[in-house]
Amino acid sequence: MVKLLDLAKVIRSKNSGPYELTLDIILKDEESYRLLIEKQCITKDVIAKLYRIPVEDVINVIHFEPAHAIKATIVRPMCSGDLNETDVYGAQQHAPLLQLEFDL
Amino acid sequence: MDNIKVLSPTAILGYGFPISSFEAGMAKLPDCIAVDAGSTDPGPYYLGAGLSFTDRYAVKRDLSIMIQAGIEHHIPVLIGSAGGSGAQPHLKWNLEIIEEIIQEQHLHIKLAVISADVSKERALFALSRGELKPLHPAPEATEADITEASHIVGQMGVEPFIEALKEGADVILAGRSYDPSMFAALAIHRGFDPGIALHCGKILECAAIASTPGSGSDCMLGTIYADRFVLETLNPARRCTTLSVSAHTLYEKTNPYILPGPGGTLDLHQTQFTQLNDQQVEVKGTVFMPSDPYTVKLEAAKCVGYRTVSIAGVRDPFFIQALDEILNGVKQRVHDNFKELDYHLNFKIYGKNGVMGELEPISEIHSHELGIVIDAVAKTQDIANTVCSFARSTMLHYGYTGRIATAGNLAFPYSPSDAKMGEVYQFCLYHIIDVQDPLELFPIEWRVY
Repeated sequence: MVKLLDLAKVIRSKNSGPYELTLDIILKDEESYRLLIEKQCITKDVIAKLYRIPVEDVINVIHFEPAHAIKATIVRPMCSGDLNETDVYGAQQHAPLLQLEFDL
Repeated sequence: MDNIKVLSPTAILGYGFPISSFEAGMAKLPDCIAVDAGSTDPGPYYLGAGLSFTDRYAVKRDLSIMIQAGIEHHIPVLIGSAGGSGAQPHLKWNLEIIEEIIQEQHLHIKLAVISADVSKERALFALSRGELKPLHPAPEATEADITEASHIVGQMGVEPFIEALKEGADVILAGRSYDPSMFAALAIHRGFDPGIALHCGKILECAAIASTPGSGSDCMLGTIYADRFVLETLNPARRCTTLSVSAHTLYEKTNPYILPGPGGTLDLHQTQFTQLNDQQVEVKGTVFMPSDPYTVKLEAAKCVGYRTVSIAGVRDPFFIQALDEILNGVKQRVHDNFKELDYHLNFKIYGKNGVMGELEPISEIHSHELGIVIDAVAKTQDIANTVCSFARSTMLHYGYTGRIATAGNLAFPYSPSDAKMGEVYQFCLYHIIDVQDPLELFPIEWRVY
């Protein structure tokens, strides 16, 4: 098993506007980037399962070659700052990604 | 002139910058200095309450250096999203700071103040015609969202800035703006390609965050040419790399290939990032696709009540074991006593799921201590105080299963234990509307000092 943490140099989350949460995974090199895409390691299903949300709430998973990045955007559990908010900036929602590992 | 140089001193006005970097930027003879002052990141409060999330003293420090340099070099200084959220009170707050600087430095300037407030009538008109469209996943707007909003702002494009530049503004102070607008306006005004200029602005708006090591408190220079732009750091401790620049394109965006803005979309499918040297990265290939009709994004926030919180810690393992029973019991007790009151009560449990809430995948906790925030919101501060206070005292003395420590369940770090947080706001518009004219919502007021 290979840990995402060993292939990535940046794993982060942040609001993309007040209604979306976007997760960025920037890989260490082109090889890791290509491998994760080829093996379909980060898909809408993977993100939905990881965050325990319906797959319809995963807006997209995008491969961004110039930065060797894979990016997923999900619907925020609530609009930023609504009652029950826990993370206004959405900057601490990346932790589940740190646990990801793949059979490559 | 075959290029336009834009100096971006800092990621958010008030975040600061080293003078040495700023001077290195001025030595490159920029054509303008531009800065973004805003964001919706800090949540709905600042837009709703009409307050800045940046500090007045820090904003004045940044602006006095920028304005002085702009006047000395006869180049315009452009400020977008004044006061953070860019509504009327934010604009007024920032204007007062600029007037202080003008007075203290004995400056003579022509200042353009561009407001971004959208009237409720205008928003209701758009709603009635079905022209107020939610930006997915925002919900459809209701009339109440508009009538109850304390401030509604529109994000202006480059056009109002260009209008002010045409009339010879030395300083432009603008309300809510699309982040790249103030960086791209001069180049687009001089006939440069909007795709190149706006993409350059998109990166410059965060200044040195797009360099490595990144920083929101350092300067960056963008040079816009006919078919490309070049970004460079102004601090020898930082480098621009194709990765640092392209990675920034991801930041806070849903889709880095398609970046929608006022009047059109930036398309990055053909964009190429090239390393020129340690300090410089060249970017080309970005295309701007105008939309018809021209659309403007609206933002608004409304007051939904008042908040009182109480912060406490727990170290007792039996309390931690019985946590769910206790929280449910306390909620029930509050309800039994105050059925007639309208309130919202919630508990944030740090050490369990205080950060991720319902997204938290870990359900079993092993923390030896927990942090609890009792969070009450109600229509008045008094009711919020009542609910918070009652929940706090109930939790303090709650008799749960297996309780062995009977003197008190909570450790309070503060006296008083409860804190009044004041008004609570909620975003109520995140929508686009069609406009006939990009200037329609953004009137310019001139001031000559």
